[in-house]
Amino acid sequence: MTEIVRCTDVEKRFAKGKQTVDVLTGINLSIREGDFLALMGPSGSGKTTLLNLIGGLDHPTDGRVEVGGQNLNDMSDKALAKWRSVNVGFIFQFYNLLPVLTALRNVELPLLLTNLSRRQRQQNARVALEIVRLSDRAQHKPGELSGGEQQRVAIARALVADPKLLLCDEPTGDLDRGTADEILGLLEILNRDHGKTIVMVTHDPKAAEHAGSTVHLDKGKLVEEVPA
Amino acid sequence: MTMFSLTWSNLFRKRTRTVLTLLSLAIAFLLFMLLRGVADSFAGGNFNLVGVDRLIVAPKYSVVDSLPVGQERQIEAVPGVDAASHANWFGGQYVDPKNFFAKYPVVPQEHFDMYPELLIDADQLDAFARTRTGAVASKGLVEKFGWQVGDIIPIKGDIYAQDDGTRLWEFELVGVFSYPDREPAQNLFLFNYQYFTEAVEDRAKDRVGWWSVRLNEPERAGEIARQIDSLFENSQNPTRTATEDEYSRQFAKQLGDIGLITTMIMGAVFFTIILLTGNTMTQALRERIPELGVLKTLGFTDDQVSLLVLSEALLLCIAGWTLGMLMAFGVLYVVGETLESILGQFEYSAANVGAALGLAVVIGLVIGGVPAINARRLTIVDALRER
Repeated sequence: MTEIVRCTDVEKRFAKGKQTVDVLTGINLSIREGDFLALMGPSGSGKTTLLNLIGGLDHPTDGRVEVGGQNLNDMSDKALAKWRSVNVGFIFQFYNLLPVLTALRNVELPLLLTNLSRRQRQQNARVALEIVRLSDRAQHKPGELSGGEQQRVAIARALVADPKLLLCDEPTGDLDRGTADEILGLLEILNRDHGKTIVMVTHDPKAAEHAGSTVHLDKGKLVEEVPA
Repeated sequence: MTMFSLTWSNLFRKRTRTVLTLLSLAIAFLLFMLLRGVADSFAGGNFNLVGVDRLIVAPKYSVVDSLPVGQERQIEAVPGVDAASHANWFGGQYVDPKNFFAKYPVVPQEHFDMYPELLIDADQLDAFARTRTGAVASKGLVEKFGWQVGDIIPIKGDIYAQDDGTRLWEFELVGVFSYPDREPAQNLFLFNYQYFTEAVEDRAKDRVGWWSVRLNEPERAGEIARQIDSLFENSQNPTRTATEDEYSRQFAKQLGDIGLITTMIMGAVFFTIILLTGNTMTQALRERIPELGVLKTLGFTDDQVSLLVLSEALLLCIAGWTLGMLMAFGVLYVVGETLESILGQFEYSAANVGAALGLAVVIGLVIGGVPAINARRLTIVDALRER
C-alpha cells in the first residue's frame, strides 16, 4: 500500500495572550492508502488540530504535512481550498449541514465548485445519498431529519466529490450507541468496499474498535500506535 | 442548485426578518419614487405652457398678494408689450376637498387670445364671453366628473366669499377646451372675471392675481420686464416680472425648495435604512459563522465566500427595489389621476427608476461590504470553533 499521509516533525503552537501554548510537538505519522485510523486521546490532546493539519484547514508552525505526495505547507490558501474540494471529505461531530438546504442540496454543495452540469451534479448527489441509504429523505431539510440521518447526509456530502481521504472529527460524538454503530458500520463499508482512507478522531474506545489501527495523542505528542 | 439559489436560500433563512427588511427597503424606494416625482413636477415638468413671448407679472413679495386691475393700461403702454390679460387663484372646492383643480376668473376673449394653444370652439368662447356666470373647463376635467355643457357647477369659495357672505358660487358650463397633443393636459376651470369682480367681497374687487403679458419683441424680454417692474416700484403694488417658466419656478420656491426638502427626507430615510439593514446583515452573518467555515472547508475560497455574502446584500436590496417599483407603479395606477390634478403632471421618469436601482446597488455594497470583508478574513478553524 502506498503512503497517503505523512507528517514529519509537525509542531503547532498557538499564542494565548502573551503566552504560547504547544498543541502538537514532534508529530511523525504515516498513514497508508486504504487505512482506517482512529486518533484517540483526552480532550485538549491535539487530535482535532492534527486532523485540521492533515485536511489543510490549518498550517503547522513547524514541520511538514504531505498528503497524496503534495506538501501542504507550500500551498496558498486558494490552492489549498481547491485541493480540499477534490481530495478530502470532512465529517464533523455536529454534522454542519446548511439548515436552509434540503439533504440533496447539502450533498450537492461541494459539486458547485466543479464544472459538472446541473443535472450531473444532482445525479451524483443522488448516488451519494443512495450509498448512505437515504434516498427517500432527499427533499427533507436537516431540521426534519434525526441526528443519525443528518450524519449520513454529512457522509454523503463528504463522499460526493469522490475524495480518497475522509477525515472524521468525532462523527458519533452526538449520537446514541445504536445510531453510532450504524454510522461506524457505514464508515467501515466505505473503507472496505469503496477503498476510502479514513482518519477518525474519537475519544470513544468502542468507536475506535471499528478502525483498523489506533494512535493515541497525549498533551500534543503521539504516544503509541496500536494495530487492530 | 446554483450559486444564485444558494444565495436566495440563505437570504430567506429567517423568513420574517427578511420579509420585514424587504418591506422597509421597498417602502423606502416607493418614497423615493413619489418624492422624486413631486420634485420633478415642481422643477418644471408641469409648467409646460411656456411661451417664449410671454411674461408673467406677479406681486413682488408673495403669491398671496394681489394687484389692481388698473395696472393693465400702464403695462400695455410699455414699448414691446403687445397685450396683457389677468387671472386670479380662486381656490375653492368642488363637492369634496379631494376634487382638486385650478380655478381662475379670467376675461374670456383676452385669455384665449393670450393662450392660443388652448383649443376651444368659437361658439363656446363666444358663449363664455356673453354668459355672466359662464365657465369653461379643460377636456380632462369634464371627462373626469362627467360634466356636460349646460351643467351648473357649484364651487364652495374657501378663499373668496360673495359680498353677501355666501360662499357658494355657481357657474354654468358653457364650453370645453383642450390642449394640443404635445402639451401635458392640466385640469383647469376658467370662469368669467366680470362675474367674479362684481360678486366677490369688497377686499377682492378689481384685484387680480397676476398678469400674463405677450410681447411683440420677445428678444427684449429682459429689458421689458425691468421696465414693467420700474413702473410700480414705488407704488403700493410693486411687481416682479419673469418669463412663464421662471415664474413657475419662483412659485414653487415660495412653497419651499421642494427639491431640497425631498432630498433631505430621502437622505434621512435611506440613512436609517442603511443602519437598520446593515445591522440585520451583520447579525445574520454572525449567526452563520460556522456555516461559512463549513463552506471554506468544502473548498470554497475566501473570495467566493466573501462574494456570496456580498451578493446576499445586493440581492436583498435589488429585491427591495423591485418590490418598491411595483408598489410605486401600483400607487400611480390607483392615485395617479389625483396627483396629476394637484401637480399638473405626475409621472415616474426612467431616470428616476434607474437612479433608484443605482441607489439599491450602492446600499447593497455598503451594507454587505463589511460582512463580506469579515467573511473573507474568517479562518476555518476559528469559524468552526464558533459552534
